[in-house]
Amino acid sequence: MITSPFSYHAPKTTLEAAKLLSECGDTAKLLAGGQSLIPLMKLRLAEPETLIDLGNISDLSYIKESKGALLIGPMTTYYDLMSSSLVQQNIPILSSAASLVADVQVRNRGTIGGSLSHADPAGDMPAVALALDVEFTVIRGNQKNKRVISVDNFFVDLLTTDIKYDELLVEIKVPIGGPNTVAAYEKIANKASRYAIVGVAAQITMKNGKCVNARVAVTGAGEKAVRATDTEQLLIGSEISNKAIVKASTVADKGIDCLQDIHASADYRAHLTRVAAQRAISKALEALH
Amino acid sequence: MGTQITVVVNGQEYANEVEPRLLLSSYLREVLNLTGTHIGCDTSQCGACTVLINGMTVKSCSIFAVQVNGKEVVTIEGLENQGEIHPVQEGFWEKHGLQCGFCTPGMIMSSVGLLKRNPNPSEQEIRHALAGNICRCTGYHNIVKAVQYAAQKSSDS
Repeated sequence: MITSPFSYHAPKTTLEAAKLLSECGDTAKLLAGGQSLIPLMKLRLAEPETLIDLGNISDLSYIKESKGALLIGPMTTYYDLMSSSLVQQNIPILSSAASLVADVQVRNRGTIGGSLSHADPAGDMPAVALALDVEFTVIRGNQKNKRVISVDNFFVDLLTTDIKYDELLVEIKVPIGGPNTVAAYEKIANKASRYAIVGVAAQITMKNGKCVNARVAVTGAGEKAVRATDTEQLLIGSEISNKAIVKASTVADKGIDCLQDIHASADYRAHLTRVAAQRAISKALEALH
Repeated sequence: MGTQITVVVNGQEYANEVEPRLLLSSYLREVLNLTGTHIGCDTSQCGACTVLINGMTVKSCSIFAVQVNGKEVVTIEGLENQGEIHPVQEGFWEKHGLQCGFCTPGMIMSSVGLLKRNPNPSEQEIRHALAGNICRCTGYHNIVKAVQYAAQKSSDS
């Protein structure tokens, strides 16, 4: 399969890429790992006139620790996340979730920034990002036009984020939870593609035996990844017994208009949402013991 | 409108002007005539087109040739060393790791990628590492044995 023709740019610096993007307007697409975009282009579901390849910008691929958070460059690959000791030690859910994405070849190329900006409704990273309360820094034209987007405002619709067409994602900030904060991601994957039919990421903070904060996020069920706020509300303030987890999980699909396709009916997706929520919350809490 | 690229493939440098939309799989097969890399599903699922780019396995149907400008590519043709086949190739031969052979170049390249990272993988690790390669003959059992053979052979030498 052959994509539509396009003009190709391979800038060497972030600034050069941001400038090119401003000049091209909405006819350009940024190419990160290409593991979602290129298959879409081959099917001609995406036909950008210009591709700006970020693959030669080494400044966009990094993982560093700063002030209680990990700062991650958007071109950091799933393989980088899986093999980084900084990630494994500080935010293990990010390593383990990355290891569940697709297959080895895709994880070698696919990037965290590409996945989040693409906002596939069945992607793994959107749920994990919501649970971890990450922040995105985007720039427009030059480094001075900077904007920070909270993950709660980031996913707008199917394959649509709050990043504007002339903005370039330059950093993902992931807060490091304290010793009382635990997280886990559980997905029921399509056996062939490994995309989530449903995936749930949960981050729980406990204090004196009680849950003081909970972020539970669902991917795969609806048109975009969302937080299961009803589940979160039932968890917060509770002592989190098995009974409490079951009760909180039963409302995990509330408010989600579940998708229906050849892989799963809407009812089945809603069911899997409740199952995955229960598993993710239980698995997260196992780390406390 | 062509873009000039320089790529090292199997140790040899090539300079070509290519259309940006030319996929790496097509570049290897149609421009360099290296037809050992197979195109199976052409939708990034089957792994038959797997090659190494700077030592990492990638599906060559899901990357443009322009993206490997300045990089090193190894295909199935590049595994042989001075007339000797690679231990993984030998494993596939010895353990009957192929039936129709269509998926084999991709299977072998993925196995080579695995053994670079993990020279002594468990059976489970081999199966996980080959999850991105599909064998339509379903000959997975012997493929796993072939990789185990190669790991053993490499650790003996």
